[in-house]
Amino acid sequence: MLKITRVIAVTLPMLSGAAYAQDTVKIGYIDPLSGGGASVGEGGLKTFQYLADELNAKGGILGHKVEILPLDNKTNPQESLVQAQKAIDAGAHYITQGNGSSVGAALEDFVTKNNTRNPGKEVLYFNYAAVEPSMTNEKCSFWHFRWDANSDIKMEALTNYMKGNSSIKKVYLINQDYSFGQSVRTQARKMLGEKRPDVQIVGDELHPLLKITDFSPYIAKIKASGADSVVTGNWGQDIALLLKAAADAGLKVNWYTYYAGGAGGPTAIKQANLDHQVFQITEGFANSGDEAAMEFEKAFRAKVGLSLWYPRAVNEMRMFKAAAEKANSIDPVKVAAALEDMKFDVLDGGSGIMRKDDHQFFQPIYISSFGSRSEKEPFDEENTGWGWRLVSKVDTPQTVLPTTCKMTRP
Amino acid sequence: MLELIVISTLNGVLFGMLLFLLSSGLTVIFSMMGVLNFAHASFYMLGAFFGYQLTKWIGFWPALVLAPLLVGAVGMAVERYGLRNTHKHGHVAELLLTFGLAFAIEEIVSMIWGKSPVDYRVPTALDFPAFTVFSTNYPAYKIFMLTVSVAIFVALLIALKRTRIGLIVQAALTHPNMVGHLGHNVGRVFMLVFGVGSALAGLAGVIAGPALVTQSDMAALLGPILFVVIVFGGLGSLPGAFIASLFIGLVQTFAVALNGSLASAFGPLDSSVGPSVLSDIWNVTIAQIAPVLPYVLLVLILIVRPMGLLGTRET
Amino acid sequence: MTSTMTSAPDIAATPSGQALRFYGLWAIAAIALVVLPLVFSSGGSLTSFSLIGIAIIFALSYNILLGETGLLSFGHAVHYGLGGFAAVHLMNAVAARGWPIPLPLIPLVGGIGGLAFALLIGWVMTRRAGTVFAMISLGIGELVASSSLILRSVFGGESGITTDRTALPHIFGWSFGPQIQVYYLIAFWVFVAAMAMYALTRTPLGRICNAVRDNPGRVEFIGYDPHVVRYLAYCFAGFFAGIAGGLAAVNFEIANSAYLGAVQSGLVLFATFIGGTAYFFGPILGAILVTYLQLGLTNVTSVWQLYFGIIFIAIVMFAPGGIAGLLMMHRPLIRAGTLTMVIPSYLVAALPTLALACGVILSIETVARYTASEGDGNIINLLGIPFNATAPATWVTAAILIVGGFIVGRITWRRIADAWDRAGSIARDRGYLA
Repeated sequence: MLKITRVIAVTLPMLSGAAYAQDTVKIGYIDPLSGGGASVGEGGLKTFQYLADELNAKGGILGHKVEILPLDNKTNPQESLVQAQKAIDAGAHYITQGNGSSVGAALEDFVTKNNTRNPGKEVLYFNYAAVEPSMTNEKCSFWHFRWDANSDIKMEALTNYMKGNSSIKKVYLINQDYSFGQSVRTQARKMLGEKRPDVQIVGDELHPLLKITDFSPYIAKIKASGADSVVTGNWGQDIALLLKAAADAGLKVNWYTYYAGGAGGPTAIKQANLDHQVFQITEGFANSGDEAAMEFEKAFRAKVGLSLWYPRAVNEMRMFKAAAEKANSIDPVKVAAALEDMKFDVLDGGSGIMRKDDHQFFQPIYISSFGSRSEKEPFDEENTGWGWRLVSKVDTPQTVLPTTCKMTRP
Repeated sequence: MLELIVISTLNGVLFGMLLFLLSSGLTVIFSMMGVLNFAHASFYMLGAFFGYQLTKWIGFWPALVLAPLLVGAVGMAVERYGLRNTHKHGHVAELLLTFGLAFAIEEIVSMIWGKSPVDYRVPTALDFPAFTVFSTNYPAYKIFMLTVSVAIFVALLIALKRTRIGLIVQAALTHPNMVGHLGHNVGRVFMLVFGVGSALAGLAGVIAGPALVTQSDMAALLGPILFVVIVFGGLGSLPGAFIASLFIGLVQTFAVALNGSLASAFGPLDSSVGPSVLSDIWNVTIAQIAPVLPYVLLVLILIVRPMGLLGTRET
Repeated sequence: MTSTMTSAPDIAATPSGQALRFYGLWAIAAIALVVLPLVFSSGGSLTSFSLIGIAIIFALSYNILLGETGLLSFGHAVHYGLGGFAAVHLMNAVAARGWPIPLPLIPLVGGIGGLAFALLIGWVMTRRAGTVFAMISLGIGELVASSSLILRSVFGGESGITTDRTALPHIFGWSFGPQIQVYYLIAFWVFVAAMAMYALTRTPLGRICNAVRDNPGRVEFIGYDPHVVRYLAYCFAGFFAGIAGGLAAVNFEIANSAYLGAVQSGLVLFATFIGGTAYFFGPILGAILVTYLQLGLTNVTSVWQLYFGIIFIAIVMFAPGGIAGLLMMHRPLIRAGTLTMVIPSYLVAALPTLALACGVILSIETVARYTASEGDGNIINLLGIPFNATAPATWVTAAILIVGGFIVGRITWRRIADAWDRAGSIARDRGYLA
């Protein structure tokens, strides 16, 4: 939206510190809106704006209108801190972010410091997708709440499923060489070792993040190892290109992934013709079978033109409303207290809980596979004609992991 | 193991030839005009996106011819209306112009085609496994890429050795000033060379697009490696660029295939020491450092032989 | 480019009246730094000022290479980043061991970090100037940035290393928790570093750097080794870049691999060149402008980087002296009193040029909206007038603005050149223009 006249109008308040009226609840949405991550960031923004509209149509939160402030962090931690400051200046007491664990960690640290240094002007950080486990373990903060299952929880659920599948004999791990990829790999080794000691880990690969254009050398290695299953936390182009190279080389294995459903993933799977060989582990998906969730998905797709990537964002916003009503206040400190140990019925059915010890939300986790659809799967993805099909549901109690968090409370 | 070596060699040679398609144009442009074209990799990207768009409209084979021509035309326009006017401000200004251009092209491409990879597919006529080594399929399209690259290489060689323009270009490689003094229309030769160089980059883009990934950061990913190639081979040396391209292509591919680390060679470090720089270096595998290797090679060659592998000139 | 560079200072050769003006300028700058946050006191403006201050030091340090010595580096952020990491590590060590080092000294450690790497790598890098140096700096930049992700114990991987600036020993009762205190810390260092860098340009070394830039062959004849000179300049640039990095670490309380990367290197090049490399205040102008645009432009357009690129290309092609060069071009005219002769032609040219710019902006935004084309984001507000990106009327308007603006603009630009010729020749007659 180019508004030459608004360049000044927008940037001047930043300089003059104009006070904003407190009749709206402002949520700073800090994610990439330009640069490489923009397509993902735009999708998230549309989701949150849709959810804000939904809340406002029902009278907002305690009569306050909900407003989303889009702030572009260019996937850069430093830039995110500047944008968080901007959000605070504009009167936001809540920020939400998801893309990039490095950004998430920086924001968590920023919010903690900001709240200690500016008592009375607290800010809460709602995390909808940064899954780095340390954020709710050793680095945990009272001011941070996470609605996505962290990568350890997903691995716990995934290995619980793999435990019962005896056809898995040789597993190959391939992950991106950074903190998230490494934690996937470490946990996979550890949990598989405990639950299926007979499974052989025939390869353990870390490759540079978002820099590989041709995965065929890696596929050649997987092939040479004789693996029957591949576990990967890859996202973005790294999963799409990996699957593409696999199809080119004629590699036939099962893929257990975290993010095959992301933008471009379904198209790549369809092109590679991997019918129900790619599995994904999520907290919800379009064809989950829950009436209300499917109703929501339908309305969402009709309005926004995207499939719902973030069912957790729905849980986040609805739970925020519930917590504010429980506390009868939109004061961040009271909302935070209300969120602790709060039980909530999630979008795709079943109950979840925001654990007090570490502010991690626990919810049912689904394993689904992508391929041709039956009448039980009404939704396809990216116009491929293929959709996700339920393979297994892991209930909340089976996803709970201990935490090392020692939280300091105000 | 043998399977891995065969596949890796094929992949490495292929990547190397692709690098050569790009570095040859860059080298000739640099030798003649003294301009390091920062936007060269951007022309490669333009080639891929033009190829994608034209394939959608008129099919792959016409696109294979048309897209490089279009990119060449863009290149000529850049030389005529950009570089020629900037020439009076010196080489630094020219280099900066191409730097700004690379930046702008990336933004324009991502504005028109978006940030995520576009669906640029291998033409159906070539979408089959050419042969099977042990149990791995080798796609026919990659063989096609290899053939095109080699054909261009041979054509370039003939053009340089047997034609009049080639003679002038060759002379300009070693004695750029003398060529001007001999009364050749240097301006037009420059424009032509720039156009041909860009078109070669464009061609590389058209054929690499479907096999690799066509998206708006492909230029930024490849650009720095290209500079490593031409410095490593020796600035202004075509044979040097050829050897360096193949070498770097093979090194990168083989590094990925290897699993070794210092820890696997000499045994793990004493775990009581805890994480340190040493343990980082000790445990990193060769596959992990594959993307860093070209730059390590660059630093090494600059220490051992500053003019590059086959370079003769100091600038 | 060489002709527009002022290598001889106007101050050194002139009597005390000029000297007073010179010190007056620095005094005004100091007062402005102190007063600024009292006028604009919101958290966001303090953050902006802090970032601008850091960018100023960084851009000035870059100009030691580009403007003073003629070395075009594509990897200057390496020193900035290493300075930042050095600062963060020391801050953590001070907090953990209770050393008596207060926060204001930390940026100096950042400087030493930047310097150490420059000492190490500079000798090989500065062996040659020009294009070769540019490429090597690019390679080194990539090498360091990629290695930083491998050496996790030092660089902390993607998430980087965090620190807490308030954990250091307090000084004058300042905890440096509030942004205002950090701002004054940065302002202090901006002032000190800018003075030091200005002084550097006045030393014999600074002069020899200029000579190496303009004619290295001749420098060799008079008995200096250009390689050594380039190396020294490189080390100084690395030191001051490290100070900027140290300040960034203090400001953000985090250092990560993004500090070292190509984006940071590109930004400092943009800032320095857009501001102008020939004058000391050029990079300062550039740093202010680029930082402000970077913070402000992102609110209004998603393709802000394209505007950056276009501005940069325009500067390279039409005003290689940068903004400072454009401003200083008018100084002889002001002195000769002939500025009034060119102003009318400027005013006449302003309208078509503005129309051309609006046309370009409108067409860029139209394409950006048209390709994004979802939801209700299709309305472009330009100067308060709403345009619909999908309406042919918008495309026609953009085309008319561009073509019309260009055709009319060309005539008016010629008039500017004519007016300049006349004003310039009078100024030359009066002895103000060489």
